[in-house]
Amino acid sequence: MRRSLMVPLAAALSLIIAACGGAPAAPTAAPEAPTTAPAPTAAPAAPAATTGRLEAITARGTVICGVNNNPLPGFASVDASGVYSGFDVDFCKAVAAALFDDPSKVEYRPLSSQDRFTALQTGEIDVLIRNSTWTLGRDGDVGLDWSPTTFYDGQGMMVRKDSGITSINDMDGATICVQTGTTTELNLADVFRAKGLTFQPVVFPDGDQTRSAYDAGQCDGFTTDKSGLVSSITLLSNPADHQILSDTMSKEPLGPSVLQGDPKWADAVNWITFATFQAEEYGITSANLAEFSASEVPEIRRFLGIEGELGKGVGLSNDFAARVIKHVGNYAEIYNRNLGPDTPFNLPRGLNALYTEGGLLYSPPFR
Amino acid sequence: MASGIPRISSSSIPFYRDTRIIAVLVQIVFAIAVMAGCWVLYQNMIAGLARANLLPTFDFLNVPASFPIAESVIPYDPSMSYWQAFVVGLLNTARVALIGIVLATILGIILGIFRLSSNWLLSNVAMAYVEIIRNVPLLLQLIFWFYLTKMFPRVQESIAIGDAIFLHNRGVTLAWPEPTASFASWLWWLVGALLVAVAIYTVRQIQFRRRDRPGVAIPYAILGWMVIAGVGYVLTTVITGTAPAVLVFPELQRFNFIGGATVTASFAALVVGLVIYTAVYIGEIVRSGILAVSKGQREAARALGLTQGQTLRLVIFPQALRIMIPPMTSQYLNLTKNSSLAVAIAYPDLFYIANTINNQTGQAVPVIVMLMVSYLSASLFTSLLMNWYNRRIQLVER
Repeated sequence: MRRSLMVPLAAALSLIIAACGGAPAAPTAAPEAPTTAPAPTAAPAAPAATTGRLEAITARGTVICGVNNNPLPGFASVDASGVYSGFDVDFCKAVAAALFDDPSKVEYRPLSSQDRFTALQTGEIDVLIRNSTWTLGRDGDVGLDWSPTTFYDGQGMMVRKDSGITSINDMDGATICVQTGTTTELNLADVFRAKGLTFQPVVFPDGDQTRSAYDAGQCDGFTTDKSGLVSSITLLSNPADHQILSDTMSKEPLGPSVLQGDPKWADAVNWITFATFQAEEYGITSANLAEFSASEVPEIRRFLGIEGELGKGVGLSNDFAARVIKHVGNYAEIYNRNLGPDTPFNLPRGLNALYTEGGLLYSPPFR
Repeated sequence: MASGIPRISSSSIPFYRDTRIIAVLVQIVFAIAVMAGCWVLYQNMIAGLARANLLPTFDFLNVPASFPIAESVIPYDPSMSYWQAFVVGLLNTARVALIGIVLATILGIILGIFRLSSNWLLSNVAMAYVEIIRNVPLLLQLIFWFYLTKMFPRVQESIAIGDAIFLHNRGVTLAWPEPTASFASWLWWLVGALLVAVAIYTVRQIQFRRRDRPGVAIPYAILGWMVIAGVGYVLTTVITGTAPAVLVFPELQRFNFIGGATVTASFAALVVGLVIYTAVYIGEIVRSGILAVSKGQREAARALGLTQGQTLRLVIFPQALRIMIPPMTSQYLNLTKNSSLAVAIAYPDLFYIANTINNQTGQAVPVIVMLMVSYLSASLFTSLLMNWYNRRIQLVER
């Protein structure tokens, strides 16, 4: 009787050891086996730790994209029926379009500013497109790889019009609302320290809370990226009472990021992003894609994957750029749809214009 | 020995059927399995972190933190190190826990006594309070209190109570005594008063013991301390010409009050929320403790002519205390650990600051380890104190 209990126990133990040891024991062997990937239901993104992330995504059939958990109209927000839209969301869709020819193959993971990098580090998400600033620290110590900047921004300050504040120099002793885990939090301290001004921070982990505390008058100022301020002002109880100071406190290049250590996947995200810039430069839009497909110009034929094998080199299909343009459009289309003149924000392109128009968007050649 | 059972020589049973050996073997296998499991998990973690170039290290602790912290017990500015920021968080948590424990105990005892009151209104109000608070999640309550602070007017339109207290949506600003030049000389009086208080306490204790009668020495000691400190205050003022401390009244500047002390909205909401929530459990512990004291004790005390208050204070409560201390300890620990919910209402406690450090440095593993060690040591320390107190008040059986 006793022995009959021991045997299954021992068997169970050895199974547990085998199950635990199986995955990490062969980090380089077993390149891809999507059908036998360990525990695909429990942790969909986990297999990418051992095989390449790109292969894992292809096997999974969707790309998991980290976006903002708080509504940031124009960049990422969810409507009543659960549909995501915005500038950042469109870049998630561009990745899905390039990989699967279907922009809906995205699983969105709403992330707070505190959780976002951990979600990448643990492999919970494939790519982070959440108005996040590229810095040396995040590229190095935090263990990320950054794709080209999709939005050149700078930190600004919002104040009440009746406060009489016209610049940051007027704000000595002010209480300022800021979100934690951001570059904004750090810049705020730096800028005030450099100017020799004092301030009382009120720091929230959540963007909504930060904004609503400012709205209630718990702070004299509210600081975040200027694009975020333009977006947030529409959500305040009385937008006309507030103004954004002209001071720019920092450089905030926002763009997609992936976990360091998987160059193939990083390359894929990079070139999908570049494709939107390059399409605008060529003047290819979702509307005129068919005409360009008939083009005889060799570089356009290469770009659209009609000839040559450009996509293959970065692990994508040769027509990935054409797919992105077909489903999501070029950079100008993405920008205008979310932030352009027909939106409440009407943000001028500024630095976010092509280099040919005095901006900073510049794609390396597709060849 | 046991004559009915046939003796089995150990050599006739193979070792794999010997239950004694099997028992030991199974334990060894199990221990190896646990260790192997841990090792595999550790290796897996290290391999994953190494791939992302994120190997855990504590080097970051000496780097300037460069993020601001809203409130701090010790001086802090962003040029100080991550380590100092962590200590600020630790002290902020300790501050909430200490104040919370004291207030929750007082409120809890009142609540427990009210629930047992023969007054219908008191006992039912206390019961409603317990049932409502106990059945609403703490996080929700904290957010409720924090949102309540937003209902107060802006700083510029503060509700003023005299010149001393101002209520606004950033907290409460109070007039606060601030030390002056002569404070140092008064400090000597305070030290002296403390020595006198200890002396009074000891003498009274010896007297009680000699007469073999129970008594409380602490009120005498406190009275002694206050008298000496008060006399010292007056004498210092007369001799040096300046009072050791002056009451500073807050003045509204352009953005905020200057002078006085401000209790921030986050801190106030956190303490109120934790106290109101934990007091419910303490109240129930007090009630159960009192009910557990046998009815005969109360009747005997009343028969001896003690008043209701004396019965409670001298007979019931000392006995109830023995029952109450162990569950009380776990409520104190709960309050300390629950204070980590401060993260939701912008109070920079330990958990909050550790999260920020993790986010700014990417060193998740070391930060989480530091966090766990901190909470564990705080809890063990509290348990240690409470166990010591528990032993002290236990009935000594002879």
